[in-house]
Amino acid sequence: MADLQTFRQETRDWLEENCPPSMRFPITNSDDSCWGGRNWIFKSEEQKQWMERMAARGWTAPDWPAEYGGGGLNKAETKILKEEMARINARSPLDSFGIWMIGPALLKFGSEALKQQHLPPIIRGEIRWCQGYSEPGAGSDLAGLQAKGEDRGDHFIANGQKVWTSYADKCDWMFCLLRTDFEAKKQMGISLVLFDMATPGVTPKPIKLISGSSPFCETFLDDVRVEKDQVVGEINQGWTIAKYLLTHEREMIGGFGLTDAGSDTLGQIAAKSVGVKEGRINNSLLRADVLKWEIDSAAFAMTAERVTDEVKSGHGVGATSAMLKYYGTELNKRRYELMMKIDGSDAMIWDGANSNGGWTPRTWLRTKGNSIEGGTSEVQLNIIAKNILGLG
Amino acid sequence: MALVINEEQQMLKESAQGFLAEFAPVAELRKQRDAGSEKGYADNLWAQMVDMGWAAILVPEAYGGLEFGHVGMGQIVEQSGRTLTASPLFSTAILGVTAINQAGSEEQKAELLSAIAGGELTTALAVDESIHHAPTEIGMSASAKGQGYILNGSKRFVADGSTADRLIVAARTSGDAGDINGISLFIVDRTAAGVEVERTQMVDCRNYANINFNHLEVPQSALLGEEGRGFQALSATLDVGNAYLAAELLGIAQQTFDTTLQYLKERKQFGVLIGSFQALQHRAAHWWSEVELCKSVVLKALQALDKGDDNSPLLVSIAKAKLCEVSELATNEAIQMHGGIGMTDEYDIGFYIKRARPAAMLFGDYSYHGDRFALLSGY
Repeated sequence: MADLQTFRQETRDWLEENCPPSMRFPITNSDDSCWGGRNWIFKSEEQKQWMERMAARGWTAPDWPAEYGGGGLNKAETKILKEEMARINARSPLDSFGIWMIGPALLKFGSEALKQQHLPPIIRGEIRWCQGYSEPGAGSDLAGLQAKGEDRGDHFIANGQKVWTSYADKCDWMFCLLRTDFEAKKQMGISLVLFDMATPGVTPKPIKLISGSSPFCETFLDDVRVEKDQVVGEINQGWTIAKYLLTHEREMIGGFGLTDAGSDTLGQIAAKSVGVKEGRINNSLLRADVLKWEIDSAAFAMTAERVTDEVKSGHGVGATSAMLKYYGTELNKRRYELMMKIDGSDAMIWDGANSNGGWTPRTWLRTKGNSIEGGTSEVQLNIIAKNILGLG
Repeated sequence: MALVINEEQQMLKESAQGFLAEFAPVAELRKQRDAGSEKGYADNLWAQMVDMGWAAILVPEAYGGLEFGHVGMGQIVEQSGRTLTASPLFSTAILGVTAINQAGSEEQKAELLSAIAGGELTTALAVDESIHHAPTEIGMSASAKGQGYILNGSKRFVADGSTADRLIVAARTSGDAGDINGISLFIVDRTAAGVEVERTQMVDCRNYANINFNHLEVPQSALLGEEGRGFQALSATLDVGNAYLAAELLGIAQQTFDTTLQYLKERKQFGVLIGSFQALQHRAAHWWSEVELCKSVVLKALQALDKGDDNSPLLVSIAKAKLCEVSELATNEAIQMHGGIGMTDEYDIGFYIKRARPAAMLFGDYSYHGDRFALLSGY
């Protein structure tokens, strides 16, 4: 315990000294996030400093092994780091599908050579990754994917089309599911492969969403050469890793239901916007909806806490992550429907002065995708029904 | 503190589960009802509970109790929700003990708490005067006379009010309805002249009462705590009571879910198990998700009460509100998914919906606790 006290104090002191002032505010729009990569243009010198200082300590991936450049922290230390960052409202130094998704998969399933090659640049924010999973014909039925990799001895030749690849036009490498055995049962013939987006034949095309932004792409693969030493795990055994990654993704997206520390609660936002009379928000129907949301949101946060504590005491998360993903994303959608009502006619402003670039309506529209991406709400309910409840 | 129960609490949960399933299953409740039982529970059941120490769980060690805490007691009450077990546990060992421990003098605690722990005394808490929970609106009067008081007024929806040995009554020694100051707690004999008890038959077959106090003279020693400052103890007692009502409703939500899930795996229509229909699978999965949230809010509230956290009132209102909502969903879905058989008296599921509503209504339903949650949150 004394060691942890010391660690907390040292962490606090280091953050105090090294976290630049402008990195100590909650982000107000998506441009404030730092994603890194070959093409990344830092929004400010302080953003660059913050990422580099954290990366140098391995604290962009605090719980990864130090031998790959990670922080090498244990669970308790990682928690302390998070708490100390939250204490000063420090922003995430680096948002990264490398850290959230492919990194953990490599640590669990990857060869030593792949770990040595890919983990350090992820931690340093030098390589930005995207995920090539969904296809036009394989959304909820992901295992039905058709993009194929033909065996050419020491490499595959990949052909097909991926869709909903996040920021593919800005990314450096892709982790991608390909069908590499065309005879096997659909889950059995899939491999997880890695390739550079600069490889000839890779063409990302941004998709414009109802929110007006283009965070996703279609990605066309035309005779793309993929080296066999870039297969994660065994050839044709990629589905197991894909499912592991989907569980990871569900947990991450499920976190959307949680209110950021330091931000105003929905109730406080509503009270400021609508006004308060005799201690109550001056619109009884809106107040009823807001308090119901706040109660559900509090209950959800406690459940995320309880599930984490149960994992620590030896239970697996497993299918529970489907519940967190389902409930968290539905909560987030409800939150933004309420935000639209709270902001009134201001919430309709798409562009213009003082609208923060139409932040409210664009974010509201973006949340509609929360219950679709990473497996729809209906797919999560299927997982709960089948894997937890045993309904066939 | 980790949001999980410890080994000792787990053991208590399992022993309660075994005991209640054997000695107080729903069949017992049915028997009480069919026999037209005045008490609504069996005396020997309560005697067994006392023998196991359940009446003493919340009593401090200094007064002969076990001081085992709310999380532990919550495990028993959750299990009693699964079996719909009626007993004086709630009114006496939870509400009575808490009110006396919060407000009572050393002398009162020494006498009354050890009597409760030993199973020699039962109590009931009389708060509300109108059909909706409103603890600040108490209008019943207690006027000073000589060394004592004269009580006038009426109470309703008093759980165990027609059987308890003593009544813990909230009355006004000063101020007007709506004032927090001026409320005082009294502990009086149920059978005293001037106490007129009307047993009310409620939908859950348990024993409640409407009670009139007609010029009831009580001595100074009947005052529980300081005159005019009873609201704090009352409010703390209601918070404790609501946390346990939430725990009981959690038991109900889980048991109706388990029973219904089993039915989905047995009942065939159109030549297949009805659990193979996606329309029912998704509703069951949603229901299960809501129950997961309920487990968290109840445990959080019980832990906060054990720690004496300042935000206990907020956490209790979250728990009670959430459980009012989800127990309604659970019992309604249970009947719908059971179809016709769910509507029959012969089948047990009906007993669950009939207990869930009064448990939700007692000491404030969703609208009361939602409103309180928002006010405590500053809006």
